Amino acid sequence: MTKLYQVLTPEGELAEDISGRITPDLMIDMYKKMVLVRTFDRKCIILQRQGRLGTYAPFEGQEAAQVGSAMALRAGDWMFPTYRDHAAAIVHGHSLVRVFLYWMGHSDASVCPEDKRILPQCVPIATQMLHAMGAAWASKLKGEQTVSIAYLGDGATSEGDFHEALNFAGVFRAPVLFFCQNNGYAISVPFSRQSASRTIAQRAAAYDIHGVRVDGNDVFAVWLTVQDAVQRARVGGGPALIEAVTFRYGAHTTADDPKKYRDQEVLAQEWRRRDPVDRLRRFLEKQGLWNDEQEAAWQRQVGETIESALAEAEAFPKPQPADMFAHVYAEMPWHIREQQQELQRVLNEGGMQA
Amino acid sequence: MSRKLTMLQAIREAMDQKLTDDPRVMLLGEDIGVNGGVFRATEGLIEKYGAERVVDTPLAESGIVGTAIGLALNGMIPVVEIQFLAFIYPGFEQVVSHAARMRYRTRGQFSVPMVIRTPYGAGIRGPELHSESVETFFAHTPGLKVVVPATPYDAKGLLISAIEDPDPVVFLEPTKIYRAFSEEVPEEMYRVPIGKARVVQEGSDLSIFAWGAMLRVAMKAAADIEREKGWSCEVIDLRTLYPLDRDCIIGSVKKTGRALIVHEAHKTAGMAAEIIALINDEALLYLKAPIRRITGFDVPVPQFSLEDDYLPTEARVKLGITETILF
Ligand SMILES: Cc1ncc(C[n+]2csc(CCOP(=O)(O)OP(=O)(O)O)c2C)c(N)n1
Repeated sequence: MTKLYQVLTPEGELAEDISGRITPDLMIDMYKKMVLVRTFDRKCIILQRQGRLGTYAPFEGQEAAQVGSAMALRAGDWMFPTYRDHAAAIVHGHSLVRVFLYWMGHSDASVCPEDKRILPQCVPIATQMLHAMGAAWASKLKGEQTVSIAYLGDGATSEGDFHEALNFAGVFRAPVLFFCQNNGYAISVPFSRQSASRTIAQRAAAYDIHGVRVDGNDVFAVWLTVQDAVQRARVGGGPALIEAVTFRYGAHTTADDPKKYRDQEVLAQEWRRRDPVDRLRRFLEKQGLWNDEQEAAWQRQVGETIESALAEAEAFPKPQPADMFAHVYAEMPWHIREQQQELQRVLNEGGMQA
Repeated sequence: MSRKLTMLQAIREAMDQKLTDDPRVMLLGEDIGVNGGVFRATEGLIEKYGAERVVDTPLAESGIVGTAIGLALNGMIPVVEIQFLAFIYPGFEQVVSHAARMRYRTRGQFSVPMVIRTPYGAGIRGPELHSESVETFFAHTPGLKVVVPATPYDAKGLLISAIEDPDPVVFLEPTKIYRAFSEEVPEEMYRVPIGKARVVQEGSDLSIFAWGAMLRVAMKAAADIEREKGWSCEVIDLRTLYPLDRDCIIGSVKKTGRALIVHEAHKTAGMAAEIIALINDEALLYLKAPIRRITGFDVPVPQFSLEDDYLPTEARVKLGITETILF
């Protein structure tokens, strides 16, 4: 359980035979998705610096964890992401446009496509784990073959809700996956200071649920692990806690400066050697599945996709003050309607002609 | 001696001086040590006092508040930082069920002298749940004191008083004015008493009550109105929301005959409702007009593209003043 499961080494070699389990098409798809989300993430940071996005939470370095886990899901499965899991949400069907809108502070950003079950990015730590557990419980009660996945960070494992969710999951044997990206830090606090347990996966034992520790920069290992957990959950095999060991190269958010609390350059460099995207590319090239020409074409396409999503997001109707009063309740109560009218009146009068 | 400090610097200085002054004082919170706090309120303190007195805790608000209660029971004076007000919710149980009630339940045998500091309020374009203003939750809880500074001078003096207070104090720091301006702050330790409001500006036509970041909005509106219409407003910074400074509020309303309350928290069951009830009880017959309140709306604080529309604006306050005086 505390062993780190790895399939694709940093050098782009296979540590075990996966023939028949991951097809070449799937491998290429994984790579393309990781490149897309990495480019998207970098773009967001630039946009934040230009003042076109608000504070942004980057994930570069965690592509394999997010993409690999989300690709193991089916369309009807429920996803409960945190503020850092845009890549997972995008892979599961969220649009780039809405992710941009979220970081633009737009009120309509958390609406997911109608046929998808992707919840809003969860800002309070660990709280979404219980929702995932509840949704999974309902799937079980309704006899549906869907699973729920909650994303969390290593810091989240300190919150009470983490333990409550694992405990409920164990007791009710719900088809729920808790997918922890252990990126080593919860803002400034290293994992060693977050918890005395050596691994997160070992905590599964306390609740008697399935626990796995996986190289989070190895998309094959992540995909196989989550795929396996999803399949057992679907057929009543119960919950899982998966610890994906990874690293986020950048700051906690664009408002944070990691140099204050970690040896940023050395650490980032060290982790670059284990980079999830480069690793897969090396492998694909060795297999003759990918070349420079394909790379250039895909880069171009990714660039266009992102630019057009950005254009759409920036052209999205500007939120109107009246919007903030909508959807507080199914039916607007009198006091909210009056407050909406009051604000409209003030705005119409240019503020102050009374 | 005094020099100009921002509110953030004044808060840091209060903690620094109390850490030196009293070995029982310790700081607890997420990212407050090496990182110096997400707003840098505790910057440099771990270097000066060590990791046993400036403690980076695991990410667990219930854990932080709950252990602080135990520390306080056993002779320490914990000053807790909650990263943003809304993140106190996981620790809410410990605040309201235990910190607030320990003295009462033990008939004074045990008490919990601790401070919970937290940035709060909108206006800094933060992400969701970084802008809440839910002071009512705490002002609704017997056993707590709720303090909100509006200036660097008050922030230092009130925080020192809060740390020395024998009861648990929720100390709300208005994020928007953390660094917005500086003012003269004495170098020595001084106290601003908890429970006392401050008359910021005397006036005769209307009393305006505000706190935190809204004080500046109220001041601007009052100055504009005075220039444009010649009406003079008395502006009062409540500074402590629980318990309220009844004498100051009632005295002012008796003098001006009119009242307006400005707060950024939601309107329904916000502090203004309580202040109106108090005036009703004590000064009804002095009133020349209904008391008005200019507040945030009864909606979740919206994403930042609309937060300026959520917050009370100078224009709305001026409208409130005008409607009250012309009633
Ligand atoms: C209940 C709560 N407390 C504090 C915060 C402030 N905060 C936001 S992210 C964060 C660190 C989270 O670390 P981790 O769970 O490891 O996830 P990561 O950001 O590293 O992906 C903190 C303390 C919060 N959002 N919610």
